[in-house]
Amino acid sequence: MPEQRVVTPEFLFTEAAREELFITGSEAVREAVRRGNVDMAISYPITPQSESMHLVGDIYAEGYVKDYYRGENEFAVMSSVAGAAMGGVRVFTATGGPGTMRALEMFPTWVGARLPIVCAFFTRGINSPLTIQPDTIEMAHMLDTGMIMLHAEDAQDLYDMILKAFIIAEQTEVHIPVGVFADGFFVTHTRDRVRVASPDLKLPPYKPYSAPVPVIDMENVPFRQMRDPFVMKSNYVSYAAHASWQQEVLAAAERARPFIRKYLGGLIEVENEHADILVLAGGTAVCQGREAIAMAREEGIEAGLIKIKSVRPFPSDELRALTANAKAVIVPEFNRVGWLSREVRNVVQNPDCVVPGPRVFGGMTMPPDLILAEIRRYARD
Amino acid sequence: MTKPMLKMTAAFADVMPAEYVELVQSGPFGKGYGVADLGSFKELIEEHPLCAGCGLALAVRLIMASLPSPEDTVVVGSTGCSSLAFPQIALQNIHSLFGNQNAVATGLKRALTLRFPDKHKDVLVVAGDGATADIGLDMVLHSWFRGEKLATIMLDNEAYANTGGQESGMSPEGCVLNMAPTGKKFKKIALPEIARESGCAYVASVTPVQPRKLEKAVRRAILVAREVGPTYVQIFVPCPTNYKFKPQETLVKAKQKEKDQTYPLREFITPEAQSYLAAIEGGGKRD
Ligand SMILES: Cc1ncc(C[n+]2csc(CCOP(=O)(O)OP(=O)(O)O)c2C)c(N)n1
Ligand code: SF4
Ligand SMILES: [Mg+2]
Repeated sequence: MPEQRVVTPEFLFTEAAREELFITGSEAVREAVRRGNVDMAISYPITPQSESMHLVGDIYAEGYVKDYYRGENEFAVMSSVAGAAMGGVRVFTATGGPGTMRALEMFPTWVGARLPIVCAFFTRGINSPLTIQPDTIEMAHMLDTGMIMLHAEDAQDLYDMILKAFIIAEQTEVHIPVGVFADGFFVTHTRDRVRVASPDLKLPPYKPYSAPVPVIDMENVPFRQMRDPFVMKSNYVSYAAHASWQQEVLAAAERARPFIRKYLGGLIEVENEHADILVLAGGTAVCQGREAIAMAREEGIEAGLIKIKSVRPFPSDELRALTANAKAVIVPEFNRVGWLSREVRNVVQNPDCVVPGPRVFGGMTMPPDLILAEIRRYARD
Repeated sequence: MTKPMLKMTAAFADVMPAEYVELVQSGPFGKGYGVADLGSFKELIEEHPLCAGCGLALAVRLIMASLPSPEDTVVVGSTGCSSLAFPQIALQNIHSLFGNQNAVATGLKRALTLRFPDKHKDVLVVAGDGATADIGLDMVLHSWFRGEKLATIMLDNEAYANTGGQESGMSPEGCVLNMAPTGKKFKKIALPEIARESGCAYVASVTPVQPRKLEKAVRRAILVAREVGPTYVQIFVPCPTNYKFKPQETLVKAKQKEKDQTYPLREFITPEAQSYLAAIEGGGKRD
């Protein structure tokens, strides 16, 4: 293992020279964690995530991560990373699909406890009969946990978003967990060109006492008895305390917006934004959307593309402005419920312009022609 | 604690809460007090919201007076009656969720080991029988299998007390409780024996009837967990509310069960823990 040098996040993210690797999404996770100055990682196998945490284990063995083990199940893993974060270290884990669902009870408690955990979610179907295929339905279940949710389009995004997630999560005024979501298999198991900083650079270490809540180490105040503590009481003071904390946690996610803008260049990315037909997507559906608008252009139809990078906080203002004159906002998705189109309908001025589809699920890929067919339909109208 | 953190700005002394002032002036941090000193120092818990005569409350009080180094002890609890007492305890402590205490404690202990490599940070798990032997059993066992250096204490009131007295795996066979309307159909879980077979270096079951014995078990569990491996202490804590006896009968009930051996007292110590304890207890000193 080379001696690593701590550099500022800004240097690592923008100024540092990058070399291009041809790697899988899982390998991009390893490269991000290698440069992330991660203290501890805890793993549990589930397809299509497993390989990423094998690779994190490999760099633990090389000395890049200080502690690493396989936990007993996802609920336990998410509990253990919570304990580690409360003890004041930088932690990373990853899961997906049924693993996400198994651990679901933990996610809102990460947020409530203000833990800056970074967790990668490699999405897959949740169904009976059992499926291991790509599907983003678990994101629907995660929308109201309070976590920040970033959605990577490809391995490059995954590398960048994981590293940036630590810095966004650890801002004192934010200090809540970040989930970095990527579509299982499509991103994890395919090779792509990824530009990465030198492996002898790493992020500054996490500063435990920058947390807005006490670190559980008996080295910082307060530790004292609380007379008549309000937790679990049935009285107005208790309700008000809980209610204000829940609002504060929501506000913490709101306060992440400027940091997401600073480090990710915005909550969305837009191409050809003045077109009145827009394709709006997150994850790998963005790629098919991009192909579809290129195909449309060859036919003389102008369409634009909105890539959703941050699902929570949701880019409501950005979308309201961008879709003000839209004739159609086509939302292709890799799940059967269409959670993203619901989100978009909730914020645009004219919900009727939102086209909730096309949707594929069960493991299918998204033919760009499906999106093109929608573009053509609205171009005719 | 490495810094003298428990001190007051003199100008604020008259507006600080009374219990805080007492904690600063006569608290147990760094003093090496034990159960025999109760009454002479400010305890880590003073009031609690638990029922009159609650055996669990008494046990928590005794545990808090038994810590070898309260100044470097953190506690992971779980949902249940004890979680109502923990906000009133002057140690940094975690309540995460019902049953995940040993998983949370695993992460916490490892984090503190990374951050304070030259120091003992005692991570103590204190949870109910439902939390330990039922809903959280997998995480309890796996922390033992992995050899995590945690001291796990079960407050065994033989029921889910906080939710209204339902049967738990630790309830005695035949006992009629909520959700066991015709009596519990299987034996009390033999967790001390399971702990012994699962990697615990020190295991004890005790009752608050003999406070010094309870203190010894808790101290041994914490000290062995520092150097040797996981430890487990099971404390019988009768619950007058759900077992429907008078609050003043709590210790009588515990004494009765000790005597007729329906609550068997145990102590299992591995040879390694034995020699470690012999070395540190040899001089008759507390530590
Ligand atoms: C996931 C989940 N399931 C159920 C509960 C409800 N619950 C809260 S406390 C409790 C009983 C706790 O029993 P025990 O661990 O024995 O503690 P005691 O109250 O007896 O001290 C239960 C079932 C919960 N909080 N969370
Ligand atoms: S219900 Fe039982 S265990 Fe719970 S506080 Fe009351 S007496 Fe104690
Ligand atoms: Mg109980």
